[in-house]
Amino acid sequence: MTNTLHRSGDAESFRDDYIVFAIPSKKKNDTDALPKLRRFLQIALEYKPVNLGDARHGGALRSSRNVNPLAHWKRDISPDFQAVIGGLDVPTTCAAVFDNVSAAEQFVKRIKEEDLGLSVNVSTSIQGAEQCCQFACIERHSVGYSLGFEGKTEKLPNSQVAALSTMCGHGMISHSLAKKMIDFVKEDRRTPEQAATYLSRFCSCGIFNPSRAKRILEDARTKTK
Amino acid sequence: MGAIYIDPQTKRATIDRDECVECYACYNGLSQEHLNPTFVRTVRKVFAAMRVRFDPEPDVCPTAAFEPDELTWPRVVRRAFSDPRVPHESTGVEGRGTEEVKTNDVTGRVKVGEVGFTIEFGRPGVGVRFREIQEMCWALAKANVSFEKKNPVTSLMTDVGTGTLRPDILAEKVMSAIVEIKVPVERAEEVIRLVWEVEKKLDTVVALGVATRCGEFGEETVVAPVLERLGYKLERAKTNIGLGRVNQSAAEPSQQTVNV
Repeated sequence: MTNTLHRSGDAESFRDDYIVFAIPSKKKNDTDALPKLRRFLQIALEYKPVNLGDARHGGALRSSRNVNPLAHWKRDISPDFQAVIGGLDVPTTCAAVFDNVSAAEQFVKRIKEEDLGLSVNVSTSIQGAEQCCQFACIERHSVGYSLGFEGKTEKLPNSQVAALSTMCGHGMISHSLAKKMIDFVKEDRRTPEQAATYLSRFCSCGIFNPSRAKRILEDARTKTK
Repeated sequence: MGAIYIDPQTKRATIDRDECVECYACYNGLSQEHLNPTFVRTVRKVFAAMRVRFDPEPDVCPTAAFEPDELTWPRVVRRAFSDPRVPHESTGVEGRGTEEVKTNDVTGRVKVGEVGFTIEFGRPGVGVRFREIQEMCWALAKANVSFEKKNPVTSLMTDVGTGTLRPDILAEKVMSAIVEIKVPVERAEEVIRLVWEVEKKLDTVVALGVATRCGEFGEETVVAPVLERLGYKLERAKTNIGLGRVNQSAAEPSQQTVNV
């Protein structure tokens, strides 16, 4: 699925959104992919990602099957990156999300040097991806453009809700939850950071960007777009 | 999808089964608390009587009320196209997702001079029924466009030549589904105009992705100008940076790879 591609927003709004993911190809290079994917995630940690994830188990913030009732008052909202790396048990798409171009550039350069042999993609603004490639002295192989959303667009929510919910390309973050989180922030019932973690737990592959979400939620506190 | 609501008669959360796409976001995304349902309802009633409202964590189900249903054909197709964690073997559909241009450096799926289209229906968060996807498939097939073989929608066609889907799935609603095609660069504009024409008749949204191979020096000066001429402002892209390589022969068994 094109889960990272169709994020709502203009190029400028992706200034803090860089997804770098590695993907094995069936029957081409997947037999020894597991340790390479783990290595990919471990290296990513050195560049301070805002999220890490694999497509089977999810990201660095996950839902819990057994929540203590006290969690309503005190809950750990720190991402568990080691759980992502340790939980990877099948070759699948692994992603690292960065909130600044410098970290993304350095990571892409390092991944090139590591020579893992897996396909690596950068999903962000076109210019942002070009910048990463230039920094790492890489010529782009292929590019997949997002042309945005068409058809019955009257069924879509406002731009802030869409910007939040489309950060899970699988659609696991509902428009109504994103809208509710904006309202919670507006009513000062939750901080943008808390609201971003609720949304993050629904993303099933770890490509949700909590840093960008915080910015959008903070922006939505005073301006409805 | 908005499939869950409180029934005003029973005062219980209810799922509209026709709208539900079996994405399992409620089951997988919500944390669970396992409190006694009678206790939770009583507390809520007392609070409501006093016009007081508890402000719980919004992503916690206090009673762990959601349980997955045993799905049978054709409803199981909903889950295959809506829940990214589902093992695709349950439906016989070839893969939940597609590798498309993400592994193009290894597969060579889209070659120089070609354009790969991903026409995704129902995204974001609107959903789509297969009968609407069929409209597009028929139009594309009529225009002599060939469908990507390794794609879940193609695998549900009874006649790939005409783009006809299995009749028993047409009423099923899914979160989203991707039709994947490939054409020579010269036909890119024609395909986009065709998509524009058909999408006007559909009761859902469409997300178009257009993939192409870059030149020797990483440049892409062929497809972008066509898209810009058609009025698209290119904001975001997925860039395959060409680090992948084949390291196993076709005869070598593949691991169970989960691609989404």
